[in-house]
Order: sequence, then C-alpha cells, then structure tokens
Amino acid sequence: MQADYFAFVASAYGISAFAIAGLFAWVFFDARTQRRALKELEARGIRRRSEARTSRDAPEAAR
Amino acid sequence: MTDVSASAKPSRFSILANPTRFLELSGRLQPWLYGAALIAVAAGVFLGLTAPADYQQGSTVTIMFIHVPFAWLSMMIWTVMSVSALGTLVWRHPLADVAVKAAAPIGAVFTVLCLITGSIWGRPMWGTWWVWDARLTSVFVLFLMYLGLIALTRALEEPGKSAKSAAILVLVGFVNIPIIKFSVDWWNTLHQPASVMRMDGPAMPAAYLTPLLVSAAGFTLLFFALHLTAMRTEILRRRVAALSRLAARRAEG
Repeated sequence: MQADYFAFVASAYGISAFAIAGLFAWVFFDARTQRRALKELEARGIRRRSEARTSRDAPEAAR
Repeated sequence: MTDVSASAKPSRFSILANPTRFLELSGRLQPWLYGAALIAVAAGVFLGLTAPADYQQGSTVTIMFIHVPFAWLSMMIWTVMSVSALGTLVWRHPLADVAVKAAAPIGAVFTVLCLITGSIWGRPMWGTWWVWDARLTSVFVLFLMYLGLIALTRALEEPGKSAKSAAILVLVGFVNIPIIKFSVDWWNTLHQPASVMRMDGPAMPAAYLTPLLVSAAGFTLLFFALHLTAMRTEILRRRVAALSRLAARRAEG
C-alpha cells in the first residue's frame, strides 16, 4: 500500500525542493550581481549625492 | 517630502520609507528570518513525513504538508502585493513598488508548485492529473496573473517606471483571491472544501494539523526572508541604474 504511492510523494517533495532551491539561487545570484555592479560604479568614483555629503538626512536618490 | 525629515522627528512609517534605513534594518533582520524559516520548514517536513498514513489516502496525505502551505502562500503573496499596491497609489511609498516587483516571481514559484503538487496528489486520489473545475482553474488564472505582472514590472528599461500600472493590475487581480477561497463552496468541484479555516474549527486530527501549521509557518517565514532579500536587491538595482545614467551623463559632458 505505502510503496504504491512512494513515487508520487517523492516526486511532489523532490520537484518542490528543486524549484525552491532554484528560487534561492536566483535571488542570491541577483543580489550578488547588483552588489558588485554598485561597488564597481563606486570604485570608478561615481557616488550618490547623499553619500558625497556627510549629512545622513540627505534626500534619497534611490529611485 | 525631503525638507520635512530635516526638522521634525520622522515617524516610523517614513523611517521605513527611506531605502537606506530600510537596507540597514532589513540587513539585521535577514539572518534571523532565514534561520527561523529553516528550522520551521525542517520541523514541519519532518513531522509531516513521519505522520501516520491516512486510512483512506495512505501515504499520499503527506503531500498535503507542502501542497496546502503553497496554496495559502500563493494567495497571501498576492494579498501582500495588494497592500503594497495601495502603498504605491495612495501614499506613494517609495518601497511599495519595490515590494510588488520583488514578490511577483516568488509568488509565481509557489503558485506553480501548488498546481504541480496538487496534480501529483490528484492522480492517485482523484484518478486524474487535472480537471477544469472552479478551484483548479481559478488558481491557474492566479498563476497567469503572476506571469503577467512579472512581464509588466520588467518590460520597461527604467526600473520603477511601471509602478502605477503594476499596482492597478495587482488591485484588479485581487478580485480573484476571494474567488479562489470560496470556489469550493460556490461551485461543485472535485477539490475538497476547506478543512482548516472553518467556522466550526479545523476538521483534522492533531497528528496532521500540527505538521501542517508548522510547515505553513515555515514557508511563510521563508517567503518573507526571500522577499526581503529580493527587495534589497531591487533597491540596489535602482541605484545602479541611477548611477549608470549619471556616469553616462558625465562622460558626455
């Protein structure tokens, strides 16, 4: 009885684990790509206005 | 907007509206969220896989401990995006559009997993992989709406340009959420009606209810952890885009 359903249960869990691992990988690689791109721009001396000044209340230029 | 923060003490709402502050706070919160999610998902899956076989469904009942959380999440994520869409349209909250854009792919993954695990469960229990009944069709429509939203939020070159149209799509699409929830009551479907969120309490023994709730809590935490990371990335992406424009302008002048 139990063994009959093993393939169904295993494939449901397996596919889910695979998809969620893929989601994890995508989220983390994307984060790393953007962090590196920002660092590279900053290394070239291109900074946001708010960081060029010392004030922490400087207006946001994130958008 | 900008000169207010200099004088008056900013409210909690506007502190979170500042992306730099958000990056700081979310960076501290992130590892705890991932840790808690990991523990809860592991505990839920372990309890689920060791739960006794159902007298009718046999061991296929263990599919429930992932299928049902994925189904809840598919609806909850659209609801989270709807609240964010209000944030875009009503308060012009700078992070609201970031939240919508970051949540859409995660929602799509959980929705398609809900459909796949449901299909795998349906084959041995219903004798069919798929039927076009109200519950299955409405969830499939939800999946298509996630895909449409992903396309819309990524169609334009400049990130954030599609904020308003994406917010409207999310709010119009929210109509589907109560339709999914009540489809099993309103129409005659192959899918069973609700057995946890019922007026007369859950109709399920604790041996199944406990792993289900632990697993649902775990996947919910996992969504919020991934969502936080994706939001942080989206903020960085917008900074990179703004700085690249700045660099291009400098190179020209």
